[in-house]
Amino acid sequence: MAFLKRSPWILHYDASSCNGCDIEVLACLTPLYDVERFGIINTGNPKHADILLITGGINSQNRPVVRNLYEQMPEPKVVVAIGACAATGGIFRECYNIAGGVDKVIPVDVYVPGCAARPEQIIDGVVKALSILEEKREKMTGEAHTKEEARHAAEAGEGT
Amino acid sequence: MPKRIVVPFGPQHPVLPEPIHLDLVLEDELVVDVVPSIGYIHRGLEQLVQKREFTEYVYVAERICGICSFMHALCYCQGIEHIMKIEVPDRAKYLRTIWSECSRLHSHLLWLGLFADGMGFENLFMRSWQLRESVLDVLEDTTGGRVIQGTCKVGGIRRDIGQEKLDEMHRALDPFEQQCRDLGDVFLNDETVKYRLQGLGVIAKDDAYALGAAGPTLRGSGVAVDLRETGYAAYGDLGFKPVVETAGDCYARCAVRVRELYSSIDLIRRAIDGMPEGPLDVKVKGAPDGEYFSRVEQPRGEVVHYLRGDGTKHLARARIRTPTLANIPALVKMLPGAQLADVPVVVLSIDPCISCTER
Repeated sequence: MAFLKRSPWILHYDASSCNGCDIEVLACLTPLYDVERFGIINTGNPKHADILLITGGINSQNRPVVRNLYEQMPEPKVVVAIGACAATGGIFRECYNIAGGVDKVIPVDVYVPGCAARPEQIIDGVVKALSILEEKREKMTGEAHTKEEARHAAEAGEGT
Repeated sequence: MPKRIVVPFGPQHPVLPEPIHLDLVLEDELVVDVVPSIGYIHRGLEQLVQKREFTEYVYVAERICGICSFMHALCYCQGIEHIMKIEVPDRAKYLRTIWSECSRLHSHLLWLGLFADGMGFENLFMRSWQLRESVLDVLEDTTGGRVIQGTCKVGGIRRDIGQEKLDEMHRALDPFEQQCRDLGDVFLNDETVKYRLQGLGVIAKDDAYALGAAGPTLRGSGVAVDLRETGYAAYGDLGFKPVVETAGDCYARCAVRVRELYSSIDLIRRAIDGMPEGPLDVKVKGAPDGEYFSRVEQPRGEVVHYLRGDGTKHLARARIRTPTLANIPALVKMLPGAQLADVPVVVLSIDPCISCTER
């Protein structure tokens, strides 16, 4: 975990899973797996979160909720879809009220397979999400840097 | 009169692992009315019986809820077996009982942890979940799955537990019970916990009964109803008495669950002692023709699977009534009069399982 420079905060939402993956997400936080030792904290507030862990597929009632949570999170942000239902709808894909995986509504960066996904897999998924988060952050700061340089260049151009 | 305001609670809320939405009507800090709304996890599983054969639907029934998944499968299988007049071998019944009680143990420990977190006692949350992992280890060892087991099938079970493993489980029960008693001691005798829970979210015996509450919510109010008394699976042979508390507050509901941990451990011990030899399943021929209300006691209360078959491979209708749905009217009755800060504790005290509720 040498590359873990910051403490990523996690937001967990149950879209329409059976609960199996959700309790495994919580199990990641408890003594056996204990991701808090890496500084990873489960927060209830989307405005504080870097990583959205989402379980279950999308239905008509939770579609706006999922979109709303995603939009409230500050950039850069990473979405991890946990379990078969979050990836494709899983065993529920033929149900009349399931539109499919989470990627029908928001962009997903990491898919964690499994029914239910094991805590080890979820932690692996989060570690993968961290490197994506770092890439996105670098891209953002890089872009900001380029913009800044362009502004300076333009100002300098006006001066001469 | 103070001004009334409406505070939304959920669907995404720090104490809720699952989404339920409550509109809390407040006068200052006091809750005067509650309007629940559900449907965030509705998938439409009942209709799936038309697309899955009745033997395959066991997998779907397991995924109605990931916490009591084994008991949903058990309830469904018992219903089909009753319609098709299949007599399940004794060993299968005993093993089903053991797995059911393991599910109850892990569900109650999970709830105790969430409840402790809800009242702000984080150490206790961690301790409960640490104990829960040892139950999950047994489940994983004997079935291959931590939360979804997949061992129950129409006509019996898929896997055996060998004698060596049964002996090992039996030996592990004593130290495990001691750990549970140490944990229960904090929930039941700690002054701060008592101060937080006693007299909170009270529901009277008659109200709980009239509103159709189920499980520990009902038993916490002094009504001794537990379906395990009806003697399905091996419960008839094991001798079972329901756990009852009379106060009807959050503390009583917590006490029922803590004491049910001990009774579950006792049931597992007796099931291992009395484990009969024999086959694990019987061959299933034909298709269900008829209807049946199958009932099983889950950690949260009574679950009902109504199943109707018309002689084809696909059931004509399934209707699933789950305990949390039955407990929501009781919750609406409990909340008025509570402080806003106590709402998470009262909501958690019915052990809401929203995946079950909305199917």
